[in-house]
Amino acid sequence: MKLLEIDDLHVSVQGKEILKGITLSVPEGELHAIMGPNGSGKSTLSYTLAGREGYEVTRGQVLYRGDDLTALSPDRRAALGVFLALQYPVEIPGVVTLTFLKVALNAQRRARGEQEFDAVQVLRSVRQNAAALNIPEDMLKRPLNAGFSGGEKKRMEILQMALFEPRLAILDETDSGLDIDALRLVASGVNAQRAPDRGILVITHYQRLLDYIVPDRVHVLAGGRIVRSGGPDLALELEKSGYGAVVEVA
Amino acid sequence: MTAAYDTSERVAELAGEKYKDGFVTEIEMVRAEKGLNEEVVRFISARKQEPEWMLEWRLSAFQRWRQMSEPKWARVHYPPIDYQDAYYYAAPKSQPDRPASLDDVDPKLIETYQKLGIPLSEQKLLAGVAVDAVFDSVSVATTFKRRLNEAGVIFCPISEAIRDYPDLVRKYLGSVVPVTDNFFATLNSAVFSDGSFVYVPEGVRCPMELSTYFRINASETGQFERTLIIADKNSYVSYLEGCTAPKRDRHQLHAAVVELVALDGAEIKYSTVQNWYPGDENGRGGIYNFVTKRGDCRGRGSKISWTQVETGSAITWKYPSCILRGDDSIGEFYSIAITNNYQQADTGTKMLHLGRNTRSRIISKGISAGRAQNTYRGLVSVHAKAENARNHTQCDSLLIGPHCGAHTVPYIEGRNPSAKIEHEATTSKISDDQLFYAMARGIPEEEAVALIVNGFCREVLQQLPMEFAVEAQKLVGISLEGSVG
Ligand SMILES: Nc1ncnc2c1ncn2[C@@H]1O[C@H](COP(=O)(O)OP(=O)(O)O)[C@@H](O)[C@H]1O
Ligand SMILES: [Mg+2]
Repeated sequence: MKLLEIDDLHVSVQGKEILKGITLSVPEGELHAIMGPNGSGKSTLSYTLAGREGYEVTRGQVLYRGDDLTALSPDRRAALGVFLALQYPVEIPGVVTLTFLKVALNAQRRARGEQEFDAVQVLRSVRQNAAALNIPEDMLKRPLNAGFSGGEKKRMEILQMALFEPRLAILDETDSGLDIDALRLVASGVNAQRAPDRGILVITHYQRLLDYIVPDRVHVLAGGRIVRSGGPDLALELEKSGYGAVVEVA
Repeated sequence: MTAAYDTSERVAELAGEKYKDGFVTEIEMVRAEKGLNEEVVRFISARKQEPEWMLEWRLSAFQRWRQMSEPKWARVHYPPIDYQDAYYYAAPKSQPDRPASLDDVDPKLIETYQKLGIPLSEQKLLAGVAVDAVFDSVSVATTFKRRLNEAGVIFCPISEAIRDYPDLVRKYLGSVVPVTDNFFATLNSAVFSDGSFVYVPEGVRCPMELSTYFRINASETGQFERTLIIADKNSYVSYLEGCTAPKRDRHQLHAAVVELVALDGAEIKYSTVQNWYPGDENGRGGIYNFVTKRGDCRGRGSKISWTQVETGSAITWKYPSCILRGDDSIGEFYSIAITNNYQQADTGTKMLHLGRNTRSRIISKGISAGRAQNTYRGLVSVHAKAENARNHTQCDSLLIGPHCGAHTVPYIEGRNPSAKIEHEATTSKISDDQLFYAMARGIPEEEAVALIVNGFCREVLQQLPMEFAVEAQKLVGISLEGSVG
């Protein structure tokens, strides 16, 4: 089954068309990479998939497991298993990370009609995942993302992905700004999420991440359109010849 | 002149459904005649079986009040109050003025407090919290009296203290907030009905949290409670008050006076969770909350700390203050004021530095939503003899939506060159980024707002006793319902 099917998607932000007809599908069990130069619309696509207000779908559709996503609020989408790791994670002053994780996890579970977790269960699960990502305990007691370094914020995003176990994860430039050790940790976190019933969309500006995460498909986004799609080799080609060549060919 | 009323009159179906404590208890009441005159003052005093000196005190306050007028400097607007069109005393008929024990309390009252989440039976109570429950004009129950007595702590209705501990009451009543202090305090001095009295003897650390739960039930009735807390040398007490009222479509007046006295080395921690009925979303009904709260750090090295979570009331006019008289004394004010719909709050503090090396700290978090107006008004005054006084003030305002307002009005007076006074203020909005981020993680919008606001208030919430911090956090969420989307 197709986990995600995007068909002729047009999106405008503040009256300006940014995405100009994107067609893309991610079957269950696959990991796709979207690459593209700055300003090509990668973050716009990820916000649209997560349901951010102000990203107006003017044409086309987005099906998630066969159902239209576009009318749902971001929290409903999250409860259905859609997760977005933000390119720029947001600081939430005064809200302790652990509290945020518990509230979010239980909000999703409640929306799905599942039993909520108690504090002990949440803590156990968070700790396990935090250890794998080298996130120290005291970071969990600090307000979410407030004063975290760039790398810490990105790892916190991956921790949340691991905790929520989404069906569809979209990672928007999670690799940028990471040193090589952090990149490895993040990559192994992502690889751990690969499963036959799940799909991952990795948005990246650089080929570097794809040394650690081998995609099933690579798509090139430029000027709000997918200009090329191919296998893992396409990433290497981009690395060698740059976006310019690919975009011109299209 | 006594009339028995049944308060089962139908309360207009109001839109303010979000207010969870807005129910009415149907119970027979005894009231004073409507309006305010010397007879009513005498009636209240007689109901309380007060000694002559207390009656005289009230009457002189009343005479004074008649010559006073309402203060007009606050940023709050309301139609003129007709002081003759209200009742000044209401008490459940079944309730003797001096409840002998919990067994004597009307089951309807027990049930009322149960509904509010305050079980009065000691077995069911939060461990470590003693409760005085005040219903309209009378105290209906005080728990854990025996255990407190063993420690030497007096915790009782003030009406009882006037009869049983007249020397203490005479010595301290009106010594922090003088009878002539201001219009509302003077009114309270004339007609105050009930409230709590606490005395902690020298060297005693009060073995449990003390709390008073105020409930306005009767319609068209003002509540005028009076609280007096004395912490003798090197003692400690933590006290918490909570307040609720039914939804009614007419405004009701609440004018309380709280006086705190901390002697040498004593510490008083006073916390308030104020959730009087705020009125409906069109600004109909709600409590007018005009309150005078002041603490006197009379002794050397004493400390008074006010923490308030103000979510209710149509109008809040309240400035819990500290007189830092003793050398090395410390005053603190931690405040969260949330206004939604048409609520108005003008609240803050006064820190009066009189002694040497006195320190004060102010953290104020104002949250405004709907069409509400929220003002922080604070005075830091350092007198000439107050060498090395220190103050730090942090005032943060958060706006939700385009139609509300936040205002910060700091007054600073420094008459001693060694004073160090710092004032920081910020105004912000809940950002779309924060809201989207929380929602994208599965948190519905209103819950996300509540979470972000709770984060904004964290430094103040942390000051509350554990047992109440959780309740206060929930209240923050509830009082902002309907503020987004
Ligand atoms: N809020 C916005 N308002 C107007 N234009 C925007 C907004 N956000 C992004 N854009 C524009 O949309 C285009 C795509 O941006 P974005 O999706 O962030 O690209 P990428 O993530 O690929 O770098 C850019 O030209 C950018 O300037
Ligand atoms: Mg981007």
